[in-house]
Amino acid sequence: MKSVTVIGASLAGLYAARALRAQGYDGRLTIVGAEPHRPYDRPPLSKEFLTAPATAEGDADPAAEGPLALTDTEELAGLDAEWLLGTRATALDTRHRAVRLDTGRTLTTDGVVLATGAAPRRLPGPAPDGSHTLRTLDDARALRADLARGGPTRVVVIGGGFIGAEVAASCAALGHQVAVVEAAPLPLVPQLGESMAELCARLHGDHGVALLTGTGVRGLRAGADGRVTAVELADGRLLSADVVVTGIGVRPATDWLEGSGLPLGDGVRCDAGCVTPIPAIVAAGDVAHVAGARAEHWTSATEQAATAVHNLLAGRTARTHRALPYFWSDQYGVRIQFAGHRRSGDVPRIIEGSPDDRSFLARYERDGRTTALLALNRPRPFARLRRELARATQPAPTG
Amino acid sequence: MIPVCHLADLPAGESVRLDTTPPIAVFNADGELYAIDDTCTHQDASLADGWLEGCLVECPLHAASFDLRTGAPTCLPARRPVRTHPVTVEDGMVYVHRTAEEDTAA
Ligand SMILES: Cc1cc2nc3c(=O)[nH]c(=O)nc-3n(C[C@H](O)[C@H](O)[C@H](O)COP(=O)(O)OP(=O)(O)OC[C@H]3O[C@@H](n4cnc5c(N)ncnc54)[C@H](O)[C@@H]3O)c2cc1C
Ligand code: FES
Repeated sequence: MKSVTVIGASLAGLYAARALRAQGYDGRLTIVGAEPHRPYDRPPLSKEFLTAPATAEGDADPAAEGPLALTDTEELAGLDAEWLLGTRATALDTRHRAVRLDTGRTLTTDGVVLATGAAPRRLPGPAPDGSHTLRTLDDARALRADLARGGPTRVVVIGGGFIGAEVAASCAALGHQVAVVEAAPLPLVPQLGESMAELCARLHGDHGVALLTGTGVRGLRAGADGRVTAVELADGRLLSADVVVTGIGVRPATDWLEGSGLPLGDGVRCDAGCVTPIPAIVAAGDVAHVAGARAEHWTSATEQAATAVHNLLAGRTARTHRALPYFWSDQYGVRIQFAGHRRSGDVPRIIEGSPDDRSFLARYERDGRTTALLALNRPRPFARLRRELARATQPAPTG
Repeated sequence: MIPVCHLADLPAGESVRLDTTPPIAVFNADGELYAIDDTCTHQDASLADGWLEGCLVECPLHAASFDLRTGAPTCLPARRPVRTHPVTVEDGMVYVHRTAEEDTAA
């Protein structure tokens, strides 16, 4: 393999580039990224980045240095890659192994790593000023600026998932008046199951954030100046709002692959080794649907990148991605950590701590066996049990 | 010199976090005592909550690992070292001697 092109210059893309060099690939490496920024960490965007006091930020790019930056000039020099930032791939010709770019250029390449991640779902209808989604650094900067327009603000967060909850917590910490609207009877049930989701939902009320569940959103109302004034709920109620943040999930960024012939469907369909039906095309991160499941977790993106690259260089699925799924979320000063494969019906049991203290460790069980773990503010015992669970459920890696 | 605790209260494999600014983590790694800045250099996690193995501590959030002897990261996602601080034991009490830095708050 003499040339590899990575599409998507974020977490999975950077880790793929690192893995290529670490695994001895010394051919041409090109990385195409739609955003103008170097790879940066997204998780802080809904957390510390929103709440951090204003600094003399000036024109500095937070993606290039500081806590968000995923890489630095020294590492970039070592990676010896051509970075095409601010450039979008618009099509992939699998037969000729060619990637078409929005600049008009076409790259032909021996290997391709698909790492285009995901993009936020949007509400139908126009998006007035003051309404936001949160995926990119530029999104986060716009939201930050809007929240700093002056005085306490009425914020409505649409969607009570992890990102919605984190944004709500950050806005509450900034002193704003916050309401969360969730269409389901309870947020986070698919991720945590009902009883644990209920415990997490209590965090909103603890901090004076209203949680309105079981109601969808009909649309946003705007004033004559084009700024949002209210959120209209499906049941007709109006919630006044100065700022609206929509966090209703993401869609894997596969639009540009329509017509490529690659199997798509909730992401790029890959085998357990992150390999598409064409062995020279692999996928990693939020865009990858790996062996029947798609993760949207930071840790999965980094792990899949290494597996995908290993198999790309091997020319076949020599290794499979079998790490235990893991994610965390920080909201209202509580660190939530989850690991494992929870299925509905698994029974959670609190084995340490107490929900009343918002600090506990729970084990999900099925047929007497542990399937997953959930911790609120219990990082140490969680780390220990996570290791045990990984050992118990993972056959020794091969290949 | 910051008093930490009685040596007997910090058995092998254990760690304690000092509420200094910035916070410091003190470890007993198989009988050797080490102190480092507690906050991971990747994001916001307390290394005192980390997984101790030999002279390495693994961050509880994304598994970056730091060498307690040098503060250097041994793997990603951390790329910058944590500061290390000398530790002494006097009359059964553990003390940390904070490495000078621009901030002086204790
Ligand atoms: C606000 C926020 C908070 C989060 N918090 C957590 C958390 O607490 N815990 C956790 O586990 N996970 C969290 N995540 C999820 C985590 O950040 C993602 O799982 C991770 O970013 C996935 O990395 P990726 O590289 O696959 O995709 P992405 O980070 O989405 O990157 C994909 C990149 O590809 C680019 N791209 C897309 N299409 C094209 C194209 N056609 N051509 C060129 N480039 C393209 C995009 O612009 C983007 O830069 C959070 C995410 C967000 C947004
Ligand atoms: S916060 Fe320590 S590795 Fe990420």
